[in-house]
Amino acid sequence: RAAAREGRGVAVTAVTGMDTSSAAGLGGADPQLQRFIEVETQKQRFQQLVHQMTELCWEKCMDKPGPKLDSRAETCFVNCVERFIDTSQFILNRLEQTQKSKSAFSESLSD
Amino acid sequence: MESGFSSDFGSDFSSGGGGAGGKLDPGLIMEQVKVQIAVANAQELLQRMTDKCFRKCIGKPGGSLDNSEQKCIAMCMDRYMDSWNTVSRAYNSRLQRERANM
Repeated sequence: RAAAREGRGVAVTAVTGMDTSSAAGLGGADPQLQRFIEVETQKQRFQQLVHQMTELCWEKCMDKPGPKLDSRAETCFVNCVERFIDTSQFILNRLEQTQKSKSAFSESLSD
Repeated sequence: MESGFSSDFGSDFSSGGGGAGGKLDPGLIMEQVKVQIAVANAQELLQRMTDKCFRKCIGKPGGSLDNSEQKCIAMCMDRYMDSWNTVSRAYNSRLQRERANM
């Protein structure tokens, strides 16, 4: 598992060379290339999340693979994606809140 | 698998990167990077699909893949692709909705 994750990170980094924030450094030489890197990095982030969610939602929504994806499973996948994004947003929002309040983050973790 | 990918990536890049007089053509590089990205995504998909379908279809590993196991794997592959496409569409819709709300 860890090796696979590392492989993915390497694949993305190797292919895109860097993340968007440092793309400006390379792009300085060629704005067309910089734009290309930004676009491809964005696309790749999308792809990676689709891979990740498909894997997660497969565990939750698929029992026995049948001759087609039935409507119940399809609905489950759609819900799964929505709830995953909701979860991600919830975590970011709450993190922001707990860091804003005067108690330290580690204190609120022990709640 | 990782080493196979990195060697493909390395050789393709070095063979096409230089043109006449060693001048780098950005268009060519962009096309090659796009290809490498597509390859990486296909490998990613295959790796996860193999993992999931092995878990679903293979019980106690026997001396070979019997007919029912092979049928299961074939169906599993198609269902995994269906799932991937469903997730991709759902995620895309969600992103568009988020953008519209901004």
